[in-house]
Amino acid sequence: MTESKRAYPLRDSHAERLETHTGRPLSEVTAEAIAAGELKGDDLRVHADTLRQQARIASEGGYPQLGANLLRAAELTDLPNDELLKIYELLRPERASYDDLIKLADYLEERYDARENAAFIRDAATTYRERGLLRR
Amino acid sequence: MERSKRFDLLAKRDINKETYVEPWPEAGLIVADSPYDPPPSVKLEAGAVVEMDGVHRSDFDALDIFIATRALDLDVAEEAMALPSKDYARMLADINAPREDIGRLIAGCTPAKLTDIIRHLNVLEMMMGLAKMRIRRAPANQAHVTNWREHPALLAADAAEAALRGFAEVETTVRVARFAPFNALAILVGTQTGRGGVLTQCSVEESLGLRLAMKGLTSYAETLSVYGTEKTFVDGDDTPWSKAFLASAYASRGVKIRFTSGTGSEALMGRAEQKSMLYLEARCLLVVKGAGSQGVQNGSISCIALPEALPGGVRAVLAENLLASMLGLEVAAGNDALASHSSIRKTAKLMLQFIPGADFIFSGYSAIPKRDNLFGGGNFDAEDFDDYNVLQRDMQVDGGVRPITEAEALSIRRRGARAIQAVYRELGLPAISDEEIDAAAVAHGSDDMPRRDIVPDLEAADAFMAGDDDFVAVIRALQRSGFDDVADNILEMGRQRIAADYLQPSAIFDADFKVQSAINDANDYTGPGSGYRPEGARWAEMQAIPQAKSPEGFVDPHVGEPLSRLVELGPAAKGGQREVVLALGPAFGTALAKTIGGLDHEAVLQAILTGVAAEGMIARLVRVYHSSDCAAIGYVGARLSGSGIGIGLQSRGTAVIHQKDLAPLNNLELFPQSPSLTLATYESIGRNAARYAMSLPTVPVAVEIDNGARLRLIVKTALLHRRETDEVRPEKPPQELRFDWEPA
Repeated sequence: MTESKRAYPLRDSHAERLETHTGRPLSEVTAEAIAAGELKGDDLRVHADTLRQQARIASEGGYPQLGANLLRAAELTDLPNDELLKIYELLRPERASYDDLIKLADYLEERYDARENAAFIRDAATTYRERGLLRR
Repeated sequence: MERSKRFDLLAKRDINKETYVEPWPEAGLIVADSPYDPPPSVKLEAGAVVEMDGVHRSDFDALDIFIATRALDLDVAEEAMALPSKDYARMLADINAPREDIGRLIAGCTPAKLTDIIRHLNVLEMMMGLAKMRIRRAPANQAHVTNWREHPALLAADAAEAALRGFAEVETTVRVARFAPFNALAILVGTQTGRGGVLTQCSVEESLGLRLAMKGLTSYAETLSVYGTEKTFVDGDDTPWSKAFLASAYASRGVKIRFTSGTGSEALMGRAEQKSMLYLEARCLLVVKGAGSQGVQNGSISCIALPEALPGGVRAVLAENLLASMLGLEVAAGNDALASHSSIRKTAKLMLQFIPGADFIFSGYSAIPKRDNLFGGGNFDAEDFDDYNVLQRDMQVDGGVRPITEAEALSIRRRGARAIQAVYRELGLPAISDEEIDAAAVAHGSDDMPRRDIVPDLEAADAFMAGDDDFVAVIRALQRSGFDDVADNILEMGRQRIAADYLQPSAIFDADFKVQSAINDANDYTGPGSGYRPEGARWAEMQAIPQAKSPEGFVDPHVGEPLSRLVELGPAAKGGQREVVLALGPAFGTALAKTIGGLDHEAVLQAILTGVAAEGMIARLVRVYHSSDCAAIGYVGARLSGSGIGIGLQSRGTAVIHQKDLAPLNNLELFPQSPSLTLATYESIGRNAARYAMSLPTVPVAVEIDNGARLRLIVKTALLHRRETDEVRPEKPPQELRFDWEPA
């Protein structure tokens, strides 16, 4: 059994170390804190590092594509909801020009250090151009 | 034309309400092995695919590019493609070939190779393959919960009941899209009332679905549809890249996803490109894998009627489930949309997933009436709950649900409805009245619910969707109204989002809210004695259907006071006169007092004696001790009888007219259907015995044929016979009886 597999589930093995997206320890996510109005939705969101750990568990467990997806997901934790929705919309067929997609990739890389997503979107741009899936 | 009465009847059977069509490959109306399906091939140059399934890189479409760069494991592709398809097929059916070994090579197989492997497998071998290749050890089940009224209290009540019944996931959808947040909310609150850890989703348009997940109203999404040709994909307004991005977006919010594919969609959308449904599905599945989805919902889903119209359609649906498992994907195996009018056909089809087990045997068991199902009708509905529980119990196969009592259902439904009522009140949404709660608790479906004014509901839904309230507000609302346990369950779902363990393949939460996935509950089936099988507490739970009675309960109504008028005199001797001997079983009128049909033994004796007397004969009574067998009892009677005619009568009421010169197991007349025998029949038996004794021409007694009696009463028959057999005394000779009775 790999080390990453032994750590699974993190909810049990890493309960002390897990943090929320906002940097709070998981131990502070309590019924009392909710009742007192101290927690918001963002405090119950996953932290990028946790997704990276899950990515490693998936890849080492024989699911490398899932691992790659979770690495992209880790980068996306910092993006606001509406930006995610906008990017998804741009990736749909015939929505964006080649330049739109390349600009988007550069933006994600520079603004969020989202290298995996940037590479993914550049790959999409190349294929969309080859297959006529860009905006007409 | 002359009309056969039989064909006329057959034409009206449910099976003939279906449509059947001959294959037409040019239109994609062929489930597998289209003459236009390409031959498997792969060529690599400089670490990249330059040819796949006969297509050169320059002619790749977007799906080919996606599959070649993101799905295929190029380190093993050449080795994998070189291994004959038949060898894979044999490994899939071979218990000695481990899942991991097969999976390693399958990772390098192209869509045409995957399809070619299936060519060598029959359904039994594919079921063996599915049992082994399914990635999670224990199978599970998903429920659909919707209603045409889109009533929040009914949704919550049905979701609570579904959770209590053991479904690991509950999916809802909308009739009116604007209801999405409220339907998702009702399902969330309902399920977490029934059992903490049930995953929930609301099937809507992709961006709306993501927004519901961001609000924490859903914990998984399943309807990320993919298609097997580029044109269909684009018609679906997506590309493999947009779908893969969506998958990452969901995961970034700690939400589980699975993609949806399934045979028939391309043909239905007119863009099958002459390829077989299974080949196109293999392409879908490699897109799913390449996108990094942990799993897939396939098994034809809403297109199921199309493969079922074609020869081999049900086999192809099993094949697509198997292909997904081979690729290491969680499989929610279909069985959801209405696939057949015929109960026989729909159940037979189910067995292909039910017996081997799938990660989710249904990607939506309709836990509601068919009329309330907004997914296009369920193939199995709430009306089939008991049938399904019995199937589990019959086969000791875990179908992912458990039987519950009516009292449990009423209680959890009311609580689920109360919880959503409290949330609506606390969040200032249109009030849910106590009358609606009462109706939801006992309701079967929408028809049992009072009408709700949907205009304010829709306005409130729009405002809720636009506002800041999310599942944290829902938790707080539940806390403020005394539903702390439900609040705690939703909060724990929130913590699980932070831990993200349930993003791993085939993850569900068990009854203790612990994650179970292919990482910590990986399928380890390697033949008999291995893998998952329902045992211990789970098997006990599956057995305990409320309809099952204790064995004692079957015999108790047939016990009564021993007949005081029936007195034993001493050993019986052979008679010399013209008589009929009525020989009774060892428990007759003593340990037992009523026949299986509920007739008092005393009344039965009187009826037979009346019949004998009516023909002017005498009847003598004996009791047989050495046997409880009807023929043996009757034979003893005949041998003791001066006329050579005897009647044998067991306590449960089974009777025989015997003659001393016949073989012991032969008879003059046998009355095995004791539940159908009336006092009038017994009187006729007495008459006929007397007539035989007088050598008069005799018409056998007519008895109503009830072929259902054995089905209904076999347990009781066995237990009554066992009670009679308890009274057998092997060494004790037949005893003369006196019955204190005078003919009327």
